[in-house]
Amino acid sequence: MHTVVLENVVKTHGQVVAVDDVTLSIKSGEFFSILGPSGSGKTTILRLIAGLDVPDSGTITLQQRIVNADPPHVRPVNMVFQHYALFPHMTVFENIAFGLRMHRQSRQDIREAVEEMVALVRLKGKTQRFPAQLSGGEQQRVALARALVNRPVVLLLDEPLAALDQQLRQDMQAELKRLQQEVNATFICVTHQQDEALMLSDRLGVMHRGTLLQVGTPQEIYEQPVSSTVAKFIGLSNSLSGMVTRTENNFCWIQAEAFPTVMARCPEGGVEHGSATVMVRPERLHISVDGPVNGYENTFPAIVHHVVFHGNEMFYQFRLRNDAIWTARVPIAGTHARPLVPGQSVYLQWAAHDGLVLSS
Amino acid sequence: MIRVPRSVGISGLLVLMFLYLPVMVLIVLSFNASTMGVEWKGFSFQWYEKLLADRSIIDATVNSLMIASISTVLSLLFGLGAAIGLETWRGRHTSWMNILILLPLVIPEILMGVALLMVFVLFQVPLGFGSIIIGHMVFNVPLTVVILRARLRKLDPTWEDAARDLGATSWEVLTHITLPMLRPAIWGAALLSFTVSLDDFVVTFFVAGPGSTTLPLKVFSMIKTGMTPEVNALSAIMVVVSMVFVGLSWIFQQRAPVSPTTPSSSE
Ligand SMILES: Nc1ncnc2c1ncn2[C@@H]1O[C@H](COP(=O)(O)OP(=O)(O)OP(=O)(O)O)[C@@H](O)[C@H]1O
Ligand SMILES: [Mg+2]
Repeated sequence: MHTVVLENVVKTHGQVVAVDDVTLSIKSGEFFSILGPSGSGKTTILRLIAGLDVPDSGTITLQQRIVNADPPHVRPVNMVFQHYALFPHMTVFENIAFGLRMHRQSRQDIREAVEEMVALVRLKGKTQRFPAQLSGGEQQRVALARALVNRPVVLLLDEPLAALDQQLRQDMQAELKRLQQEVNATFICVTHQQDEALMLSDRLGVMHRGTLLQVGTPQEIYEQPVSSTVAKFIGLSNSLSGMVTRTENNFCWIQAEAFPTVMARCPEGGVEHGSATVMVRPERLHISVDGPVNGYENTFPAIVHHVVFHGNEMFYQFRLRNDAIWTARVPIAGTHARPLVPGQSVYLQWAAHDGLVLSS
Repeated sequence: MIRVPRSVGISGLLVLMFLYLPVMVLIVLSFNASTMGVEWKGFSFQWYEKLLADRSIIDATVNSLMIASISTVLSLLFGLGAAIGLETWRGRHTSWMNILILLPLVIPEILMGVALLMVFVLFQVPLGFGSIIIGHMVFNVPLTVVILRARLRKLDPTWEDAARDLGATSWEVLTHITLPMLRPAIWGAALLSFTVSLDDFVVTFFVAGPGSTTLPLKVFSMIKTGMTPEVNALSAIMVVVSMVFVGLSWIFQQRAPVSPTTPSSSE
């Protein structure tokens, strides 16, 4: 069953088309992420679902009911705002109680519900503080509690973890998953962190300039991106353009200028002959220092360009023959006893099934 | 603290002295025991005692306070409505309205006084408390609107969005979110309106009627019969009271503007 359905939704702000003909169905109880770069229309989609913005055209359906004309206060939807938007003149208790007060609950019910929420988001003992007296992580929890206390059918989260530091973000990711299971609601979460979207979501949609490029499970999107824009957005940064010369058994052969013929996986729906792009994930590149080794279909000579130490990984940048820069990620515990140095000549090797061809 | 060349600092001091010298002289002389002139004859409270004994001054004080209070409250109500309305529909047809609403603050007061008097006579409004209150609202409403709008602009609209999302109707957004966040600005506007109303002479002079003499009018009529130390004492009180009110108003308006981004967010 679908809780939220958007059909051909368009929203413009003056000249800017913030959301351009988006059609999307979100299942009941799903953790759905909307992933996209800044300005791609993610927040606008949430505001349309919440009723804070009204679509120019198209329909929005909540629980089988068209809600285009419903004001926000009657929709069974609550939102955690990008910067939390906690009410600064109210205590934590009053912030969380606000929704219940607006729904005319009795004092006793409000107190019980708020206490339950406070326990759920682990804010015991902080209810009499004001938002300015809380840490970023605690403010985040208040924002979650304030939205969840109304028992929404759908919870909208606008970059809920963006303002938190790395450690806190990882804790809160787990926390979000736990909360969703406990309150049993549909979560729609906006982010521009691809790892976050891939980790948290049951399904996700990738947005770009107001349009929804692809919707699918994290695995589908990671392994079968429909276009190079999607592929780039989820971390497939190495690409090479060429012409498709042959396709066979879900593999394509691509001829790029100054390179030997490249062999890579075809996309799900096949590929037309003509120009295409090959994409290879940085963690799938094998670096051979002492000449090519067997077991890889593709071998490119390359020059080490830049070396970045990343804690548990090394990031290497290589310059290819056509001056393109490719990156590789190698775990520190890997085989390279001595790190590469800039200027060194190496061979980049990769298996055909680790490259994906996308028509361009 | 900004470091400035000494000469700039001294010229600032001179400007302040220039501004406040007359007031200081007035206050000092109000404690002068001498009945006539500016010659110092010793310290005395006698003029203040005389003031308190003068029935007509007490009446004028009560009139002034009443008029100032009522015109302040009414100006706040109208000003709040206008400010919120102008901010909500900002950008559509409001640019000319912005100018229109500020015009009363820059029109010479004497013209405003004459114009008001003509309108009151035309519509046969009796001159007295009512006409003075309306007259004061002509400048108090724009003043209130300016102060409230400055604060409204600083309010992040996502607070209102959050409240609506949590189930508040637009009326509840106003009473639970917007007004509480405006509170310092409301106090600031009220104190300033009250002071301006208390001090106004020109408009009041034109639209006052019998039995509605305010303090500034009283001072004026006392001066007509000659500068007495009593006037000094009365003026000193008015100056000090006004300065205290204006100072309080400023403090309220400076109250930490509620900022949209919370201190610990990383942006
Ligand atoms: N109230 C508005 N008035 C004018 N333009 C707007 C308004 N709100 C959004 N836009 C524009 O619509 C587009 C989409 O904005 P939106 O806030 O949905 O992006 P986003 O994906 O949430 O970006 P971010 O990751 O930076 O939050 C942007 O180009 C933005 O400038
Ligand atoms: Mg956004």
